[in-house]
Amino acid sequence: MQLEDLLIKNTIAARLLLSTREEIIQKAGELLVEADMVEPRYIQAMKRVLDELGPYCVIAPGIALLHARPEDGVKQACLSLITLQYPVKFGHSTNDPVDIVFTLGAKDKQGHIEALAELAGYLSKEKFLQMIRACENSQALQKAIFDYIKSRK
Amino acid sequence: MVIATLCGMGFGTSMMLKLYIDDILKAEGIKAETSPWDLGSFKGNKADIVVAPVDMEPHLRDYPAKIVLIKNLVDKAEIKEKILKAIRELS
Repeated sequence: MQLEDLLIKNTIAARLLLSTREEIIQKAGELLVEADMVEPRYIQAMKRVLDELGPYCVIAPGIALLHARPEDGVKQACLSLITLQYPVKFGHSTNDPVDIVFTLGAKDKQGHIEALAELAGYLSKEKFLQMIRACENSQALQKAIFDYIKSRK
Repeated sequence: MVIATLCGMGFGTSMMLKLYIDDILKAEGIKAETSPWDLGSFKGNKADIVVAPVDMEPHLRDYPAKIVLIKNLVDKAEIKEKILKAIRELS
């Protein structure tokens, strides 16, 4: 599975007004529920993971990667992306505040790896992050990210 | 040499770390076995080097392995510098 298959267009949203990490998880989860990719219980599972394991999900300055387990109600492998109007603190020791949030739903431990490797490659590029942050609305972000992926192939 | 990458669930962050480290080791011509783990399952396993997100440090105190803590998990330069230093110190 490649990144353009994992990334679900309708779950990409830009410049959302959310003010706590709980609100962010809730909204990101709802987008995946509405797209029929995960069951509603997946949202609670993600909140539990953050409470139990701490804010290590903030993988880089400003970037969070949220997820729970496949058995927590994932219907289809999926990835959503939201950007925030105002950055939000997750409680991370060095990478706060967060304004880019990816939410992963994995169907198993293997299927999404190729796509994740692709994403990891992009996230290390400042140009990619600038592009994501510059998109002022969801439509623009949806188009920009798929165009970017296409241009790299 | 056995390198374990850790995260809370063993297939997201830790998988990303493993992919970066495999690339780095390949480019440097270093042979090592890298595997992603979730924190819970890993406890009790053996590894020469454990690579984990910096905020996982409290869970790794007193672990019998060289611990490498990464702040920016998508920064290949940081990962490269720290992992190569750990490998050098072990050999």
